[in-house]
Amino acid sequence: MSAPSGPVGRSLPRVDGVAKVTGAARYLDDLPLAGVHHGVTVRSTIAHGTFDGLDLDPAFDWSQVVVVTADRLAWGAGLAAGGFGENYVAMIDRDQPALVPPGGRIKHVAEPLALIAAPTKALALAARAACTPRQTARPAVLTIDDALRADVVLYGDDNVFKQFLIRKGHADDDEFDLAMVAAAQIIEGTYHTGAQEQMYIEPQAMAAWKDGAVHVAGSMQCPYYVHKALKVLLGCGADDVVVAQTVTGGGFGGKEEYPSMLAAHCVMLTSAVGAPVKMVYERDEDIAATTKRHPARVRHRLGLDADGAIVAIDVDVVFDGGAYLTLSPVVLSRGVLHAAGPYRAPVVRVRGRAVATNHPPHGAFRGFGAPQTTFAYERQIDKAARALGVAPWAYRTRHALRPGDTTATGQRLEHSVGTDDILAAIAKVAGPPPARTGENAHGAPVVRGRGYAFYFHGAGFTGSGEQRLAGKASVVARPDGTVAVLASSTDMGQGAITIFAQIAADALGLPPSAIVVPDPATDVVPDSGPTVASRTAMVVGGLVERAATALKARVEAWAAGAGVAGDFTARAAAMIAAGAGLDAHGALAETVQYEPPPGIHWDDATYTGQAYPCFGWAGCLVDVEVDRDTHQVAITRCVHAVDVGKAINPVIVAGQIEGGTVQALGWAVLESVRYKDGKVTNASMTNCIVPTFGDVPDLETIIVECPYPFGPHGAKGVGEIPMDGPAAAVANALEDALGVAFDHVPILPEDIARALAGAS
Amino acid sequence: MTAYLRPTDDAHAIALRAAHADYLVLAGGTDLLVAAHHKPVPVGILDIAGRFAGITVDAAGARIGAGTSWRAIATSAELAATWPILPAAAREVGALQIQTRGTIGGNLATSSPVGDGLPVLLALDATIHLASVRGARTVPYHQFCTGYRTTALGADELITAVTVPRPAPGTYLGWRKVGTRAAQSISKVMAACALEIVDGRIATARFGVGAVAARPIRAAAAEAAATGQPPTAAVAAAVAAALRHDITPIDDVRSTAAYRLEVAGNLLARFVTNAGRTQG
Repeated sequence: MSAPSGPVGRSLPRVDGVAKVTGAARYLDDLPLAGVHHGVTVRSTIAHGTFDGLDLDPAFDWSQVVVVTADRLAWGAGLAAGGFGENYVAMIDRDQPALVPPGGRIKHVAEPLALIAAPTKALALAARAACTPRQTARPAVLTIDDALRADVVLYGDDNVFKQFLIRKGHADDDEFDLAMVAAAQIIEGTYHTGAQEQMYIEPQAMAAWKDGAVHVAGSMQCPYYVHKALKVLLGCGADDVVVAQTVTGGGFGGKEEYPSMLAAHCVMLTSAVGAPVKMVYERDEDIAATTKRHPARVRHRLGLDADGAIVAIDVDVVFDGGAYLTLSPVVLSRGVLHAAGPYRAPVVRVRGRAVATNHPPHGAFRGFGAPQTTFAYERQIDKAARALGVAPWAYRTRHALRPGDTTATGQRLEHSVGTDDILAAIAKVAGPPPARTGENAHGAPVVRGRGYAFYFHGAGFTGSGEQRLAGKASVVARPDGTVAVLASSTDMGQGAITIFAQIAADALGLPPSAIVVPDPATDVVPDSGPTVASRTAMVVGGLVERAATALKARVEAWAAGAGVAGDFTARAAAMIAAGAGLDAHGALAETVQYEPPPGIHWDDATYTGQAYPCFGWAGCLVDVEVDRDTHQVAITRCVHAVDVGKAINPVIVAGQIEGGTVQALGWAVLESVRYKDGKVTNASMTNCIVPTFGDVPDLETIIVECPYPFGPHGAKGVGEIPMDGPAAAVANALEDALGVAFDHVPILPEDIARALAGAS
Repeated sequence: MTAYLRPTDDAHAIALRAAHADYLVLAGGTDLLVAAHHKPVPVGILDIAGRFAGITVDAAGARIGAGTSWRAIATSAELAATWPILPAAAREVGALQIQTRGTIGGNLATSSPVGDGLPVLLALDATIHLASVRGARTVPYHQFCTGYRTTALGADELITAVTVPRPAPGTYLGWRKVGTRAAQSISKVMAACALEIVDGRIATARFGVGAVAARPIRAAAAEAAATGQPPTAAVAAAVAAALRHDITPIDDVRSTAAYRLEVAGNLLARFVTNAGRTQG
């Protein structure tokens, strides 16, 4: 990294840091809302069946309580007529009701059946305890195999929400089989990965009230997703509903889909009560009801020639989508697009399916489908190296994609390919592996091993997604002398507003403290697209840079003509005073819209072409130590090298990498969401375990910068890639240590005990 | 509404307990506040936080007031010098905040099968001191836990203290907690031991195990297998095998019966071989 000349590239303190550390930051539940009522949700307790109606305990005093069931609302009337639009949480499909109506079908445990509001939370909870939903259970679909068998049909006629087929280097299955048959050996495995809870510190929280328009504020990643869903729910126009993000205590994808549901509930209740309503989930409810990472089954075959080169890759990916479609097709898309891995292969077939089950819907979680398929292919590559007797890192070095190579979709890699830099960075620091055996502080014998993983992650939306989205951002010089960045990207702790200020300040030649980034609200900021897909720095940051550059050029051109000297602030103030080119707010605004880099071609029908504008690249080395008395796994070393293009703020980037690494290590050896009969049985922080600092070693984080020519200062994505690979590195290290293959996550001590008992 | 009483001194606490046997006792509050989320609202709360606290050590042993926090136990140099497994167990109770609020008496009264402080007290042959308006009495700790979350504590009684004798010279003390993660976890298996070695043989053995039965228990069969034997690998294996007669682990949301059975045996076996090495 060369010394930065402007704000970009400096580890400036987070804009929101002091408020969060001192407790001054106001989360939704901290905000004063005059006359607010507290909303709670009556939920189903069966995985599949019908909602026959709601019984209210006649002994309870209902006088201060409002109970809403879907049959009490005027659907179809629209907001203007005092009613509602459609009873759906509008995302991709409209299959998920916001509230299951009496007589309607229940498709998962913890599905919302009725809403309750009361002046105090205690009263609302007491009222909920006095409600009993009548339910009739039907046979449920609880596994991927059940779903594919389709004896019970939940969606379409085969329970398949979405499927994809990628073919590279062959026309049909017969041609594919010929390529695979020609392999000298085939490495084959089936890999299972479990659900994972995002466990953001601030639970789901939302409020709604009516003040001319319908206002919704809360903890969320994507204000315009909520806005879109509410327009359908309310049957109203874009200006009739305003959605604002409040300070958000973590998201990790968990506040991508579900806030639309919660916002719908708040809106229904505020309409029934005639007062503001807020809903803040308890932790157990949040874990039981909201989205988690898709459980997955990935079958993977790797055909190798006599020299160990890959001649064909065959992958079959199935994701458990849960009860409704939500965003599963998009998650699946990313999963299949990464399933062949960053390795040279002339022939690739990837089939992907997301299927319906009676689990609560699975959804977005950091990595968004890629961690599941990365686990499979990086286990496979390790097994290939093992079968060939080649050192695992050397095997990857030999076969990884380089510039000029093509991916599974035929995307020819040209720029910003971090392979060699990543491989070199890991090799440089690796050092000798740990001693095979030893003893720990308990006097217990230990065995040790080392594992690697190498992987890539497409930055930004898939295929033509960014073009379809056409995200916008504005940079505005305002009459009060401030410069504002207006974007709908939310800061949920990842540093978005800090890097926006750095990028805008750099372009304008101002200190970052001169830039303000208002909290996103749909009546203030343009739709920059959702805060997902590792796109905020690369795509929206790029829009901010372009808007700032355009604004500066406009002001300088005017100043040159008018003979006004000084820095940007002085010239903008003079231009505003002169009334030149002002918008409706008396400000100088530049709004730009996403434009794809030249030469991007993607075919949704055949799933070929440029799947992503560019990829991030990463390598991970993990050393493990297994206690032979307890089978507990200690991760004693974790080196993670990640190519981010350009670190706009290196400390924030390192924080993203380290946080993602810990989340990935947790998924590998600790985190297990347990379902029984469709219900989460460990819905508490006590039993739904996530790592503490005691569970991770000092992380060795290496930032690699292979610039993306079309990103701001070369930046590409960083948010998700650290989640993709460490789990495979851990599994590979465990196989190295124990000589037993682990093809699932989480790999718990109980699993190791069972595997060793079986092996002996 | 829940009534709330806070006694002015220890005697007052005992008097109030007699008058309000139906109240919940709040010592550190760390169990009570978790229960507040899912248990019925108590009739009343008797807040004895700060009462019966303090550690004293003399020639006979240590006396730990029931209201002593885990943090005070964890940081006691006097306990660490003679009973190092007590501070070691205290350091693995919850998080620092829980250690600071939570008390040894609360752990004893709640008597959860996964109570982190309990196996150590079994291994150390602790005695529980109880008081009521009827008078004071003592109960050996291994007779105190009567079943799943039930104890010998009378409805009008409070726990006032725990005493532990000084271990005989040459006693090996061991402790290990196997939790769901490295810190702030609930135990899957816990074990503690006191193995008195005389002339190269285990003269007396006490094994306390937790999370493998309805209550924290002494492992009698394992103790019998160890007693009179040298602390060798073969005896260690026999102890692990014998433990299967003592415990009844279950499958639950945190672990499996098979894992608990195997690991509890491994922990006891390791205590025996570690004790043997201290003889080296």
